[in-house]
Amino acid sequence: MNNGNGRRLNGETEEDDDDEGSEGDLDAWERTYADERSWESLQEDESGLLRPMDNKTLYHAQYRRRIRSLSSQATTSRIQKGLIRYLYIVVDLSRAAAEMDYRPSRMAVVAKHVEAFIREFFDQNPLSQLGLVTIKDGIAHCLTDLGGSPESHVKALMGKLECSGESSLQNALDLVHGYLNQVPSYGHREVLILYSALSTCDPGDILETIQKCKKSKMRCSVIGLSAEIFICKHLCQETGGSYSVAMDESHFKELILEHAPPPPAIAEFAIANLIKMGFPQRAAESSIAICSCHKEAKVGGGYTCPRCKARVCELPTECRICGLTLISSPHLARLPRSCFGCQQSLPNPGNKPSLRVACPKCKQHFCLDCDIYIHESLHNCPGCESFRHLKSPIATEE
Amino acid sequence: MPSAPTKLYADDVSLLVVLLDTNPFFWSTSSLPFSKFLSHVLSFLNSILLLNQINQIVVIATGCNSCDYIYDSSLSTNPGIENGKLPALCSELLKKLEDFVTRDEQLNKQQSQSLPPTTTSSLLSGSLSMALCYIQRVFRSGPLHPHPRILCVQGSSDGPEQYVAIMNSIFSAQRSMVPIDSCYIGSNNSAFLQQASYITGGVYQKPQQLDGLFQYLSTVFATDLHSRTFLQLPKSVGVDFRASCFCHKKTIDMGFICSVCLSIFCKHHKKCSTCGSVFGQAQSDVASASNLKRKTPET
Repeated sequence: MNNGNGRRLNGETEEDDDDEGSEGDLDAWERTYADERSWESLQEDESGLLRPMDNKTLYHAQYRRRIRSLSSQATTSRIQKGLIRYLYIVVDLSRAAAEMDYRPSRMAVVAKHVEAFIREFFDQNPLSQLGLVTIKDGIAHCLTDLGGSPESHVKALMGKLECSGESSLQNALDLVHGYLNQVPSYGHREVLILYSALSTCDPGDILETIQKCKKSKMRCSVIGLSAEIFICKHLCQETGGSYSVAMDESHFKELILEHAPPPPAIAEFAIANLIKMGFPQRAAESSIAICSCHKEAKVGGGYTCPRCKARVCELPTECRICGLTLISSPHLARLPRSCFGCQQSLPNPGNKPSLRVACPKCKQHFCLDCDIYIHESLHNCPGCESFRHLKSPIATEE
Repeated sequence: MPSAPTKLYADDVSLLVVLLDTNPFFWSTSSLPFSKFLSHVLSFLNSILLLNQINQIVVIATGCNSCDYIYDSSLSTNPGIENGKLPALCSELLKKLEDFVTRDEQLNKQQSQSLPPTTTSSLLSGSLSMALCYIQRVFRSGPLHPHPRILCVQGSSDGPEQYVAIMNSIFSAQRSMVPIDSCYIGSNNSAFLQQASYITGGVYQKPQQLDGLFQYLSTVFATDLHSRTFLQLPKSVGVDFRASCFCHKKTIDMGFICSVCLSIFCKHHKKCSTCGSVFGQAQSDVASASNLKRKTPET
């Protein structure tokens, strides 16, 4: 919406005198005074001379504040990474998905963001599994089974993007309900429906299906792409999920990525427990073994269960012979760390021209860009890691 | 393997960051003398610089108590090219390496006075972190930059206390699409380096004849990332995905995982030492039933 017009309607006619021409928009040079207030972005330096705002330090200070607030948040609300979530994503591929209000079409935008969501989901929930279901011509198809590897899901989704026919919410819920009933009870069952249509064409009583889902403790959330629909709202209210309608593409991206971390409701109920797991070794490329998931001889890389020595094809999975959850240590190692030995800013740059920060533990100096990279991506202080006498003997890193 | 977005001069310009292991505990017991090893490596580095005029090399030494930059080919001020000679890689590098080794030894003496020597592994996590920070600077340097990759020439065994730091570096490298190649010259295979190369899409090789090290280096590790798609490079002979437990730093293949913070323990504990959560506190009826089943201790 155009805020400029909104202000005008307040009836302040004296502003018209200052403008050139009609009650249209302000000219660009006027906007810098009226809207943007460019004089506020000036600062005084030490000798009293004016200079423009130093964006880099400002950005860096905002970034540090954000990191600190995130770390304090994380310690107070224990973010459970060990939650085992079984999530089905239901993608609506009915006629309404071919609408062009999202460029190039709703279906393409949904597919792009679902791919990003899948990667983020496995990043934040390393032990969880995801499955894909599509609705087309009033029938729900299971595109991929519940699995833990993002590549297979993404490949399957991108291969089958055509839309036609009606959309049926009840058929999708029935299908997902059937699959989710088979998952173990310690897992959390969730459904995320990406709904483009404005109606649903159901063979029976959808309210009964909703009650069935509620009884099986399935948490259904919906993200609508067109408008708010009562039945979706009812579904989400009954099952404890969240309903939101996207206004545009970036809003849709925000809404879908909100579902990547575990929802706060189930995080509260989950209790901390120790789960026994195995770390299998990957076999050599030329080894031949009969794999326990496909029951046929396979050549090449597979994993060997440490307890019963059965071969499995991909990780993470549960060994079919002995029931041990198998995971590769890289999966578990993906966790965001809280701020370690928070580097402090140095007020004086010294003989280097740019501003620097220093680690209080190893006293090494880092430039602002390295500081951002270290906190966001690397999570290791190169200075502390490079000096042995600074490495603490305790297991934890903080 | 996927290559980084096309902000390159040409496909085959590379920036090679070499992490050399200078751990005296390893070199004193190795069959290949350090001087011979250095001659192999120096010839290899020269050959990389010959492959393309704008190739760059950075050498970081991984010591027992410290890590440091030894050589950066973009900083050498030698105008050797006009005379038809190569930049004098050897003298600069050797001098700095010698200074580094002396300093490292001093630190070793200082440390062994205060604490008894507990481990004999080299600080791979430190040099990996330094290499990644350098590579990030190269990425930020502008629209044209060479294709970076990391080569670890390592002989010392893995230090399980560096597990978390090394995994962090590996994931960061994977996200920036920087492959980590490993040339392991020690006796048994290194699980960390195997995982690093597997996850980032690099090559792991344990040469069988150390006398011919230069041949292995130049045939396997000298090619740039674009040309690797046309070559048959050594395939992995199995990757050891075992983790190390947080309490004793032993390598384990079956362990207990805290559901809150995913820390790995080898034995059943009452409380998680990383996040402080107490296990088995009943808050919900459904979860407690399955929890009782899981808490039966198994060794």
